[in-house]
Amino acid sequence: MDWTALGLSLRLGLVTVAVLLPLAFLLARWLAYGRFKGRGFVEALVALPLILPPTVIGFYLLTAFGQQAVLGQFFQSLLGRPLVFSFEGLVLASVLVNLPFAVQPMQNALAAIPGNLRDAARCCGLAPLSVVRRIELPLALPGIATAVVLTFAHTLGEFGVVLMVGGSIPGETRTIAIAIYDRVQAFDDRSAGVMALVLLVLSLVALGITNTLARRMARHD
Amino acid sequence: MTEASNARAALHVRLRQSAPIPLDVQFVVPNGSITALFGPSGSGKSTVLRSIAGLYTPREAEVVSAGERWTDSATGYSLPTHRRRVGVVFQDYALFPHLTVREQVGLALGNRPAGARQSRIDELLALARLDGLADRKPGTLSGGQQQRVALARALARDPAVLLLDEPFASVDWALRDALRHELRSLQRALQLSVVIVTHDFEDVAKLATELVVLDRGMVVAAGSVEAMTASAAVPGLAGHWEPAVALDAVVAAHDPQRQLTHLHARDLQLAVPTIEAPPAAIVRIRVAAREVILASQRPRGLSLHNMIEARVLRVEPAAHPALRLVHLAVGDTPLLSLVTADAVQSLGLAAGAPVLALVKAVSVDAFA
Repeated sequence: MDWTALGLSLRLGLVTVAVLLPLAFLLARWLAYGRFKGRGFVEALVALPLILPPTVIGFYLLTAFGQQAVLGQFFQSLLGRPLVFSFEGLVLASVLVNLPFAVQPMQNALAAIPGNLRDAARCCGLAPLSVVRRIELPLALPGIATAVVLTFAHTLGEFGVVLMVGGSIPGETRTIAIAIYDRVQAFDDRSAGVMALVLLVLSLVALGITNTLARRMARHD
Repeated sequence: MTEASNARAALHVRLRQSAPIPLDVQFVVPNGSITALFGPSGSGKSTVLRSIAGLYTPREAEVVSAGERWTDSATGYSLPTHRRRVGVVFQDYALFPHLTVREQVGLALGNRPAGARQSRIDELLALARLDGLADRKPGTLSGGQQQRVALARALARDPAVLLLDEPFASVDWALRDALRHELRSLQRALQLSVVIVTHDFEDVAKLATELVVLDRGMVVAAGSVEAMTASAAVPGLAGHWEPAVALDAVVAAHDPQRQLTHLHARDLQLAVPTIEAPPAAIVRIRVAAREVILASQRPRGLSLHNMIEARVLRVEPAAHPALRLVHLAVGDTPLLSLVTADAVQSLGLAAGAPVLALVKAVSVDAFA
């Protein structure tokens, strides 16, 4: 059992959620309420990681993270070391790959709030930020919870993209999914089995919690 | 429209645009009035309401409330909705499903000290007869209760004008009169200025003091309900309209033995079948012109309670060529009678002629 890998995966999951959630909420709100042309294109862009093979995403990220690319140079000057094969690079990749998992549940939840509730909130004297805080956030909570759990669970399980941009550096980029693969390669079926089981139970518990939460919050009584 | 009359009015509205929703509307909501925006669906009523609240801005718009400029498209100014002192009751109430009745009302109160806040909430809940329901969520309330929550929430804003969008459309038919009555009492007690959007003419007849008739985004008729009910016909009201007088009357006395209630509408005194309203209460009465019989001499042996001395003001044509609408004055109070042209001739009805108006007690609609 590779505890360092499990710790790294959990840390990656938490950091991804923390970075992605506010960004994804803004994006989801824009897609749910904004009036603009080209919404379909933006939605397709957000959904892209769902169908693109991880190796394709990984390849493009690897290129973008490289020393010749603008993004890579920017982070090189910021961090003092390359983005490739680093935890920060992994976070960035993870945020991009999880975009649809975070945006779509929140966008659906926000779009499901009847428009006249938001109008009524304004007529009650709530300033725009208060409408978000007092009406939109609480009513979209099931969608937000779903986004958190899906992002977290998906980050724990992500394999292809992590392998492409992170490699398998212990304590830096070797997540539990990579560790399982390494153990299987080394014919260490026992360790691989234990870690697979941990991941299975974690995912199951996470999904169970969201479903219960979502159902309880959707009742409103 | 002079600046002085704008300042006195609770609301002055002027909206114009040709697309996407054609609008050409101008009207004034007098202080303490119930102004009905009446028209078929698609006539732009709700758009007008949304424009008043600042939820929609037509191309050309001017909304002034009690001298305070809310919208002025000439200067590009628009006070944000949340800073307008406006209370809105939406058609489906738009209650927040995650908040209790108390939280719902508290949300609209804005910032104030905790103690004052709680006591104001209790006041509003009592006003809307919601005691005992404070900790319930909207999903567990009946339609009538939900409407009262929406009303309490709108009143929490201490609105300069209260806007109601089809307030009774989603309530049981049997419940509507009771809710109309509650609204009318609240409006009187709090001296509210109200705008009610409706396609139900009952709301106009039973509630409104001012009427604005809309059709395809245009005002086709406007004025006080009392003055407009006296007209032979009003544009946009075909099918709803029947010449009548609508007046506010005071309950003068009850006569339990004869099961009658005596009402005084200024100089017009009428006996009607007992109504449930305490003495001195104000009720809305409506006497349709077709229910008023004219006589030149006092008849005998009739089952009649109301024989009223009146004077002919003028005789005008009615919707039907064989009929005439006779405008009467009872002292200073108007009354209408719809009679045949033949009767006008045989009774010699002309301006200034004295006449007796006969009104059956049961033909007076009294709405407490």
